[in-house]
Parts: sequence; C-alpha cells; structure tokens
Amino acid sequence: MLLRHTPETLADRSALTVNPAKTCQPVGAMYAALGIHNCLPHSHGAQGCCAYHRSALTRHYKDPIMATTSSFTEGASVFGGQANLLEAINNIFTIYGPDIVAVHTTCLSEVIGDDLGQIINKALADGKIPKGKRVIHTNTPSFKGSHVTGFANMTQSMVHYLAENTGKGTGQINIIPGFVEPSDMAEIKRISSLMGVKSILFPDTSEVVNGPLDGRFHMYPKGGATVDQIRSAGDSAFTVSLGSNASLPAAKLLDTKCGIRFKDMELPIGISATDAFVDALRKAAGVSVPDSIMVERGQVVDVLTDNHQYFYGKKVALVGDPDQLVSLTQFLTDMDMKILYVVTGTPAGAKFEESIRGFTGPDTIIKHGLGADLFYFHQLVKNNRPDLIFGNTYAKYIARDEDIPLIRIGFPIYDRVGHQYFPVVGYRGAMRMMEKILNALLDRQDRDAPEQNFELIM
Amino acid sequence: MPTKNNTAVDEAALANEVKELILKKYPAKEARKRAKQIIVNKVEGDQVPEIMANTRTIPGILTMRGCAYAGCKGVVLGPTRDILQITHGPIGCGFYTWGTRRNQTMPKTPESANFMTYAMSTDMQEEEIIFGGEKKLKKAIEEAIDLFHPKAISIFSTCPVGLIGDDVHAVAREMEEKYPEVNIFGFSCEGYKGVSQSAGHHIANNKLFTDVVGQSEMQKEGKYRFNILGEYNIGGDAFEIERIIDLCGMTRHSTFSGNSEYDEFASAHTVDLNVVMCHRSINYLAEMMEKKYGIPWFKISFIGAGATAKSLRKIAAYFGAPELMERVEKVIAEEIYHVEAVRQEVRARCEGKTAMLFVGGSRAHHYQELFTEIGMKTLSAGYEFAHRDDYEGRKVIPNIVVDADSRNIEELTVEADPARYRPRKTEEELAQLTKREGIGFNDYVGMMSEMKKGDLIIDDLNHHEAEVLMEKYKPDIFCAGVKEKYVIQKGGIPLKQLHSYDYSGPYAGFRGAINFYREIDRMVNSNVFRFIKAPWQKNPELTGSYACNR
Repeated sequence: MLLRHTPETLADRSALTVNPAKTCQPVGAMYAALGIHNCLPHSHGAQGCCAYHRSALTRHYKDPIMATTSSFTEGASVFGGQANLLEAINNIFTIYGPDIVAVHTTCLSEVIGDDLGQIINKALADGKIPKGKRVIHTNTPSFKGSHVTGFANMTQSMVHYLAENTGKGTGQINIIPGFVEPSDMAEIKRISSLMGVKSILFPDTSEVVNGPLDGRFHMYPKGGATVDQIRSAGDSAFTVSLGSNASLPAAKLLDTKCGIRFKDMELPIGISATDAFVDALRKAAGVSVPDSIMVERGQVVDVLTDNHQYFYGKKVALVGDPDQLVSLTQFLTDMDMKILYVVTGTPAGAKFEESIRGFTGPDTIIKHGLGADLFYFHQLVKNNRPDLIFGNTYAKYIARDEDIPLIRIGFPIYDRVGHQYFPVVGYRGAMRMMEKILNALLDRQDRDAPEQNFELIM
Repeated sequence: MPTKNNTAVDEAALANEVKELILKKYPAKEARKRAKQIIVNKVEGDQVPEIMANTRTIPGILTMRGCAYAGCKGVVLGPTRDILQITHGPIGCGFYTWGTRRNQTMPKTPESANFMTYAMSTDMQEEEIIFGGEKKLKKAIEEAIDLFHPKAISIFSTCPVGLIGDDVHAVAREMEEKYPEVNIFGFSCEGYKGVSQSAGHHIANNKLFTDVVGQSEMQKEGKYRFNILGEYNIGGDAFEIERIIDLCGMTRHSTFSGNSEYDEFASAHTVDLNVVMCHRSINYLAEMMEKKYGIPWFKISFIGAGATAKSLRKIAAYFGAPELMERVEKVIAEEIYHVEAVRQEVRARCEGKTAMLFVGGSRAHHYQELFTEIGMKTLSAGYEFAHRDDYEGRKVIPNIVVDADSRNIEELTVEADPARYRPRKTEEELAQLTKREGIGFNDYVGMMSEMKKGDLIIDDLNHHEAEVLMEKYKPDIFCAGVKEKYVIQKGGIPLKQLHSYDYSGPYAGFRGAINFYREIDRMVNSNVFRFIKAPWQKNPELTGSYACNR
C-alpha cells in the first residue's frame, strides 16, 4: 500500500498538513500572467520558487513555461530586493524583449515588505523600462489562500494596471474565465463567437501553454490577451466573471475602476452552469442562441438520458479547487449521482459551502481551507467508499490503494494528456466529462463482472 | 578531411564564436560576469582553464537553478523513506517536493515505514508570519508522532522561517526531550541561502553528520562493507547497483540516500570504505567521515558499462581479496556480454551524432561516458550549480575563494573521534593502491580534463544561451531538465531529461546502460520530428483550378 500509514479513524489535526489539496499563490499568478500576449512572468523572490512553479506548470502542460526570477541571495533577503528587481528588469528587456513583465511575489519578498509599486516607479524613472513597454505587479504572499488566490490577484492586477475607461463604449463583453485550462478558455471563446457575441477574454492561455510544434521555439507564443485588449476591458458593456474564487476580484475592480457592471457566475461545467453562462451572454449582448449550440446542448441531454442507469445513485467524492468543485457538484447531482465528500485546501469562504450544500443536501461532508487535505480526504474515503473519485494526479495514490477509479480534473495533472486540448466547460465539455465518467464506470463493470454476467452491449 | 588537430582548432574557433554571440546580447556588467562562466576547454596534461562557478545568479537571466531547500530536502533527505520530513513554511515548498524527484524506494516488508508518498508541512499562515511559527511546528511534530510513530523527524526551514526568527533547532531539541525515542533534527535550508541547490547539500551533509551518522553501532552481516554516497535511486538506479553489488558478493551498508533507511545512516560509520557517486552533493560527508572515523573515500561512477566495470574493480582492489577480485571479473564478463550486443547494435545507428549536457552538479560529466560508448560526441556541457572542483578537479580547492553569498554556509570543524577513529588502511597501503590501481583517494579529476579541447563549458546555463547553442551547434540530442525539455523540442531537437530520465530508467549499472543506449537510439533516430513540416510546406508551389471548372 502506497499510503499505508493513513488510518481509517479520523483524528483532529490543527498544525500538520499532510498531502495538501492546494499549492501556493505564485504558481497561479504565473499561470495568469502567461495569459497575456508577449508577457514574461517574473517571480520576485528566491529562485527556487520560480523553478518549482515553472516545473509544475511544465509537467502539467508538457509545454514551455517561461518566467524569470529576482534570484534573491541572503543579502537581498535582509536588505530588500530592490537592486535585484531593477537589475532583472533591465536584463529581461535587454535579453528577452517582452512587451510586458508581470511581477508576482513570494513569501520571502512579502515578509521583507518590498514595495513593488515603488520599485517599478524607480525602474521607470531610471529609464530601465523601454518606451511602450510595461511592468505590472501583484502581491502573492504564499502564506495566504492558495494558487487560486494567486491567479485571482494577478488577474485583478491586470485590471488595476491596464484597464482604462476612455468613455468610448465598445459594446464588447468581458469574460474572465477563471483558473481553467487553455482548452476551456478556447471553448468559452468558441461559444461566445458562435453566439455572435463580441467579447474579450483575459487572461487567455489558449495557444500559449498548448502550442503547436512547428520546428521553432516561440518565446512568446501566438496566444494571450493583448495589452490593448485588457486596456479596452474598461470600455466594455459588461463583464461575465466565471468562478468567484478566481475571477471575482478582477470583475469587482473593473466595476469600481471603470464602472463596468458584472455578473458573478459559476464555471460553465455541466449542463446547468453552461445554460446559465449561455443565458447570461445572450442577455448581456442581446443576441439569440443559435441552432448549433442548441444541437450541442441537445446531444448532451441525449447522452445523459441514454446512459442514466449507469450514473444514477453512484457515489462520488471530489477534491480539488473550489470553483471547479461547485460546478462539478451541480453537474453530478444533475446526473443523479450522490456526492459524499467535497474537499479543497483553498480557504473558499462560507459562500462555497452554501453553494455546494444547495446542490447536495445535508449529508455531504464539505471541508475547505486548513485541515482540508488529501490525507483527510483519504480517511473519509476509507470510512464510506465512493464509486468514483474526482481529483488531480495526487489522488491516484488513494485511487490505487482503495481500488476506486479516478477522474482526473484540476491542477496539477502530471500523468495524463488531454486537459490542455479538450475542454470540460460548455456542452462539449460536459459531453467529454460524461464520456470520461462512463468509461471509468463501464471499464470497472467489465473488469469486475463475473464471466456469466459479462456484457457485450452496455 | 581535416586532421585531428585541425578539428580541435575548428571546434575551438566555433566555440569562441558562439561565446561571443552569447555575450553580445548582455548588458556590459552581465557580459563580464558570464564571460568567466563560459569557457572554451583546453586540456594540457592535467591543466584545464579556470572557470567561475558557484556564484550568484544574475537576476532576470532565466536560470535553470533552484534553491537551498531543494538541495537539502528535495535532494539529499527526500529519498529516505523512514525519516518523517516536515517542511516548515507556507505550503508551496512541501507541495513541489512531493513525489516530483523520482527517488524510488523499496520497504523491506509491507509493514515497514515509508513516508515518501506523504508531503508534510506546517502550512504557515499570516498569523505565524506575524507571531512566529514555533508553536505550530511543535504541535505539528506532536501530531506527526501520534499519527505515524517515526524513528526520526527532520524539519526543513523555508524562506520566511529565517526572516521571522523561528529557531527550528531549539524546537527540535525541545521536542526530542519530550519524545526521547525519536531523533528530531532541523535544517536551516532557507531558500535564499547560498546561490543554488548546492548550499542545501552542504547544510544537509552537516546535519546528517552531526545528528544521524554514528547514532547506532548496527553492523550489517557480510563481507566487504561499504557505503555509496551521492546516489539517489532515480528511476531505480540504486536497485540496479544493489543487484550488481550483491552478485559480486560485496555488502552495501548504506546508500546516501537512494532506497535508504534511517538505521543505515545511523550506523554508516561502521564500514571500511565510502565510494562517492555524486561528488557535489555529498563530498562534505565523505571528507568528514574520513576525518572523524578514518574511513577512506574515492570517486566512482556507475553511469556507463565501462565506468561500472572500472568502479567495481576499484572497490574490489581496495578490499584486495583475490576471491573477490575473481568474482567481480566474472560478474563483469557476464554482464558486459549482454551489454555489448546492444551497444554494438545501437552504436551502428548513433555513431558520430552529437550531444550536449546541462544537468545539476554531476550528471553532465557522468553521462558523457554513456554517449561515448555508443559513438556519440559531446560538444558542450555544464552544471547548474557545481563548484570549480567539479569542473577543474579537487586540486583547485585550496584556490577557491568563498564569496559573500556563500560565506554563511556553515563549515564544520571535524576532529578524529577519540574512541571510534580507526584508520582502515595504513598510509602506505593507500599510497600503494594509488600507485598500483590508480585509485585517487580524496580525489576527483573533474569534468573538464575528461572533455575535448574546444568543447564549450558553460556554468549556470540560461535560456538565451541554450537558444544560441541550439542554433549554432544543432546537436542531435540535448540533455537537461523538465523546464528545458519542451523549449528544445519545439525547435525540433530531442531533449533527454537527465534528472527524471523522462520517467524511465534505471540508467545506472549494466542494465541501465542497455536502457540508456536504447532510449538514445529511439530519440535520435525516431520518426517523430519528420512531421514538423506539413507536406504542403515542403512543396510550396501553388496549386489551383480554373474557376470555370469549379
């Protein structure tokens, strides 16, 4: 047994986290920054963080993840990292020529209290930032929240530094897609364009972290929201904010700063959440939903109806990031599955628990923040065995030990491919999720059925 | 055809051109520094050029390097299955070292302790940053003991710990008094210490030496007992080495730290020899164990069939028993027979192809031997964080100046243990072994003297430099890590990860050599890169039809 030390008996832990169901802020900020076109993310701290975050994202996407670091030494850690960041900014523009550098912090520079706004102003005053180029920053202390918080902070900073209300209404709709895969961002854009909605999406990592192999390395891939697009977000008609943990801070600031009204929504995973998203877009843009989308929706409903017997009453346990968990819970309950546990390491607030509870009823165990780790999740699984587990790659140890099929979703997925290329959002994504769930359940039935009950047709 | 000498001149000329091209892009200050870290190799006798290494990373340069915490927790202690490891800090550091280095381990029984699938952390919150985290750390240790009943607990400090003044060593002492049956020790391996992972190795070595080695007098049964230092069982390397050592009838007492256990570390001082694989990460422990206990050490390598055979012979010669030497020769002959068949087959397809290696602190050297065995040439190599001695050989150690960035890494003063110091060989015997068998005790010749004249040696390679290398040299294969892998492959050149082995292995020992030959053959001769250009890109002429025919 790989996790043989995990006992069935639950005991209170207040200090020791074992097998976390979250990681720290900067990796989320790095991912968000990659969603700006021609942007180089920069980690203001010791270089180990940057190496780890790049490695984690690289393993997840199997694609280049570029980012620089201030490479703090002990001296800088005591006296402040201003000199390091100024030197870094000069080197980055001289050697790597991005249009924009998006700086985030680590626990090191946060504890020291480096004032990034002041350092960036000094870089500007010293002429270290070439004309027409930008340096933006966000504070991402690793001792608060999780990687989702880091994503939210960087996305909010894009608004803070770049969005402008020039008074020239563009009529476009802003979509803040949340901490989702590049494939999901592309799908959200596809839906919006099928509906004839003029929209901009930021951050947008599609074709950045899932780029093609064409024989040349592109330091700044084709994708990403351009600085101009993000600037124009301040002139849009409306904002659709997907996933309140990842996207709401940016949507709120866009409202405060530029007066753009917004709708805070769930990630469009599953039928109901996609319905809500499509409906919101329809109303915001004043368009009607085209037949092509109705066909996609109808196909999903068709597959659900055709296979309902396999979904009905199946017990599932979910661990991952809060925004995905809320939508997934709704989706799975829509399919008449039974949710036993919902666990996230991210401190997600009372609203998270309320939303989930609204879909599941009183029996589901919901835990988030401190103490909500994979060790605890595993103990729950031992106590009442689900038929399926939803989680990231780290849940595979539990899946193997307990012999329960795992549906991989969330971050990180280190051991499979597909999440970069195939969405889980929208009706198409719902179809893919259903296929994954069915395959897992039916493979298991095929494996476990006595020979006399082995079915050809299912 | 150019003569051999001319080739060297040409290679040196190309190397100089590449170096200039690299430096041209840098601001003046950075160019001056990098010029000393990019060296065109020139071997004259045992003399090699001087390289600048183990100095601070240039901010914003896009380095491959990691931090001291990674070197201490991630590298040295990480592979040990029954030391319970708690990261004291916010969640990231513990998360990123969770299963990501492929240190395999095989508990002796299904009941044996194995904590390697667990990531433990104090998950520091803002409150602990403000009021201190010692209280939470103590509580975490108590909870860990209640849940897991470990023999030993190690605590790893991350960046904020040093800044807020948490004293992990005092906490360790206090908790050890409360739980005398558990050995609890802390590491001050904050990420900002030193300039790279290297500082973390040193910090790990020091604490293992003072708090673990020598705690137990347990002696494994068996003849010819030795420790392997600096072998981390990536992809099962240590398993293969253990297999060979068992075949030879020798006894591996402990490995620091692949497939290892606490008890083996605690009694590591009882052996008669230390052999060192990864010089950079563990030479400190080898040196200190010799001073304190009288255990000689020498450098070996199990990377490459030839290197493995040579290393086995060195170890056998050290013990000097004719029956052992005979058995070792028999094992080598049998194993090499299988290796040779594959080697010849692969060599026919790989001969003359070229490689580049930029890996941590030892593999960039070791793996050149495997490439040579299948007829491939190394054009350029370098380390992320090795020191001058790994490049130039240990003879330069007296001339190495410790700069301000690394001065705070503690250097222990070690003296002979009054009770337990026991020279394993007399000075005379050691001198004879050196003379007769060529065993260089306390020595390592470094990478440069074993590379060709004109090869480009680059310390702390960054992204810009890698791009220039690719463009100018167009190697057939590039060896580095996961952060570089997809960058290089987008350019149409295969990248072999020499940290994770791309999730295969083992590559050490005889079977490892076979695995590696086949893997490189696959990579440099595969079909996949033929698909980069679509057919219509290869035949760009326009085709069309008359509109009237449509």
